[in-house]
Amino acid sequence: MNNLQKNRIIDTSFKTVGLLFTLLGILILVILLYNIIRVGYTRINWDFLTSLPSRKPERAGIFTAIIGTLDLMLLTIVFAIPVGIGAGLYLEEYAKKSRWSTLLEINIANLAGVPSIIYGLLGLGIFVRFFGFGGSILSGALTLSLLILPIIIVATREAIKAVPPSLKEASFALGASKWQTLQKVVLPSSFGGILTGVILSLSRAIGETAPLIVVGAMAYVPFIPHSLFDTFSILPMQIFTWTTRPQEGFAIAAAAAIIILLVITFVMNGIAVYLRNKWQNKLS
Amino acid sequence: MKIKEKIIEILLKLCASITIFTTIGIIAVLLFESIAFFKNVSILEFFTDTQWTPLFSEKHFGILSLVSGTFLTAAIAIAVALPIGLTIAIYLNMYAPKSFRKTLKPILEILAAIPTVVYGFFALTIVTPFLQNIYPDLETFNSLSAGLVMGIMIIPFISSLSEDALYAVPKSLKEASFGMGSTRYQTAIKVMVPAASSGIIVSVILAISRAIGETMIVAIAAGQQAQFSLDPTIPTQTITSYIVQVSMGDAPQGSIEYKTIFAAGLTLFLFTFLLNTVSFWIKKKYQEKYE
Repeated sequence: MNNLQKNRIIDTSFKTVGLLFTLLGILILVILLYNIIRVGYTRINWDFLTSLPSRKPERAGIFTAIIGTLDLMLLTIVFAIPVGIGAGLYLEEYAKKSRWSTLLEINIANLAGVPSIIYGLLGLGIFVRFFGFGGSILSGALTLSLLILPIIIVATREAIKAVPPSLKEASFALGASKWQTLQKVVLPSSFGGILTGVILSLSRAIGETAPLIVVGAMAYVPFIPHSLFDTFSILPMQIFTWTTRPQEGFAIAAAAAIIILLVITFVMNGIAVYLRNKWQNKLS
Repeated sequence: MKIKEKIIEILLKLCASITIFTTIGIIAVLLFESIAFFKNVSILEFFTDTQWTPLFSEKHFGILSLVSGTFLTAAIAIAVALPIGLTIAIYLNMYAPKSFRKTLKPILEILAAIPTVVYGFFALTIVTPFLQNIYPDLETFNSLSAGLVMGIMIIPFISSLSEDALYAVPKSLKEASFGMGSTRYQTAIKVMVPAASSGIIVSVILAISRAIGETMIVAIAAGQQAQFSLDPTIPTQTITSYIVQVSMGDAPQGSIEYKTIFAAGLTLFLFTFLLNTVSFWIKKKYQEKYE
């Protein structure tokens, strides 16, 4: 009886600790968001979004950083999405079980675990120096594309796997070729899953700072990039440089820029979760 | 028609091959510049010197001080994330009502979606001042605050992946344990965690790998002084934050400063590669066990 009671007490206390830890995680999230909003909200206005960076914290804005981030994302989409989906299609639909395909799979799993700053060194060695693109927005976008490629490939494969084989077989029975089947049947019905993965990978890319510092993103860019070979700044880079300044005013500006970055990140994640739920319901 | 199909297949194969070129590119770039580096600096000095001062006039190239900073911050992070993450995983799997679990897991995963530069800001402007209230001797830049915040960031890695592993344990095991009259706690500790151990270990290894590769939190909150020390209250430098420091300056190509970041990067790559390989190997073994 005594033993039984003891076990029950241990069981209940563990339940309490587990609940507390879970709530602690959420509490920390709330503290983080609350403090950033408390510090930064005073600077959120139209001027902040449309002003150039400045030496005076109260006049500094994020215009070039936002444009840089948007340009960078656009280029990354152009490079990474076709290649990522193509690679996913190949691995799921074409590659036969061979040493080569096993190697490809192990390699992709490994790439997903390489720290992002190493991709920065890759970009520096290959795109900035070897190809001579310099610390340009093109080098940045190519580096980011390689970084998110494994995420897009894995998401594409998962989405294609979920397409019922009967759909494909029906298409083949109608005399469609392999590519016609992929193009007209497999890709459209896995579209939701692929899109979810793509948005998640972009929401990761938009917050990446370290690899782009290595590739050469600038702390201070007083103009909008006009060509692929222009230097660039991005929102996380702006946050980083403001955070490391000693003046109080820059901490406020950094907090305001963080609010903008978090809104973008959360909206993208929200859309991805919404799409995933919608798509899952449709298939089942 | 046939030709078109063939061309498309080749194009898609090329897309997949880019991932191989990426790996080759990483290794080639790191090795190429590191070999140039080791022509100037002896390997013995690199591994035994306890000072790292390539940016000073009196240069030392002892990677140990960067490695100690890297492992110190990562160890603090794991010390936070492992107990909390694993407890959360067990709680969500064994105790929490289903609806609760379905809401809480995504909320916790938000922690992993926040950009790391935001955590750096949080560590420097909120956590460090808070810790200084408790322990006034804490310096403005320190590995304690950076490590703690990094730990918070990787809680969802451990909690979500471990919960997935617990979820994958056959129901019959759990029911058999309950049938013997065990409490949920006994079932969790004696049956579920051992049965899911490989999945849990993989999640922890991935978390460690993530922690030693983490850059922005340490670059912002831990300072820029490479020190061969395990004191968490003083400034330190990790491999990653050193690379950031050099990149923020303008080290000319071919200079020794420029080459150091590749030698440091190669060291980091080897650590994470080792960890990823071990986790891959465990995962593979585990899959065989269940088939």
